[in-house]
Amino acid sequence: MPDSPAPARTRPADAALNTGLGRVLLFVYGVFALSASARALVQIATHFSEARLAYLLSAVAGLVYISATIGLAIGGERGRLIALVSCSIELLGVLIVGTLSIADAVAFPDDTVWSHYGSGYGYVPLVLPFIGLWWIYRHRPRN
Amino acid sequence: MNGPLSVATIVVALVLAAWLLLRAALNRAPSRFDLLATAVLGALVAVLVLVAVVGLFGDHRPSDTATFGGYLITTIAFAPVAIYLARMEPTRWGNLILGVACLVLPVLVLRLQQIASVTVA
Repeated sequence: MPDSPAPARTRPADAALNTGLGRVLLFVYGVFALSASARALVQIATHFSEARLAYLLSAVAGLVYISATIGLAIGGERGRLIALVSCSIELLGVLIVGTLSIADAVAFPDDTVWSHYGSGYGYVPLVLPFIGLWWIYRHRPRN
Repeated sequence: MNGPLSVATIVVALVLAAWLLLRAALNRAPSRFDLLATAVLGALVAVLVLVAVVGLFGDHRPSDTATFGGYLITTIAFAPVAIYLARMEPTRWGNLILGVACLVLPVLVLRLQQIASVTVA
């Protein structure tokens, strides 16, 4: 690395939404945005008629992850609002789809990111919105 | 896709992940060594992807070629993106980004193996 100033080890209290742990979240959300939407794209393109509901929810999940990633990347008041809405929908989505996929297995013959509370993805989809919302809450604007 | 190269990649990635997560837990920012080690892993992954791409022109093409290609692109881009983000984040969180990347890479390699094992005759 060229001679950059000595890295700060502690975060200032007013640090931005998209630094620190926020940057880790940005990375993880980006990965999920990519994998969820790619999965939905493949499902809809190759065998949409098999489980329309599941594949549409797959696409919705992809869009939610994309908007959460964008919100975390923009930061600031607007980015925070986008991320807040996305993470809330994400939390509802993983809980509702997770429950539905167990209760009504017929409608979900093929897995989505949120099926079985994200067990196919190491339950990361279940944990992620909680961390995201906590991080967004910590960065609420103070007057 | 199922050779010693992918086993080596998975082992290196997991060892590096443990190291980087430890560094993050100890509140250390990514050092030159941390970034270089991740870059070396990235190079290893790049070789693996190249071998897989060459294999696409052989006799045992995976039947789900589009998905396989998508995974290949994701896999080769993974370490560089993580290094790019980690360099913007000279705190413990930079090491966490690198560590997470090193945890996801073995999953990607395993998925590639899965997809590659279903071939068109």
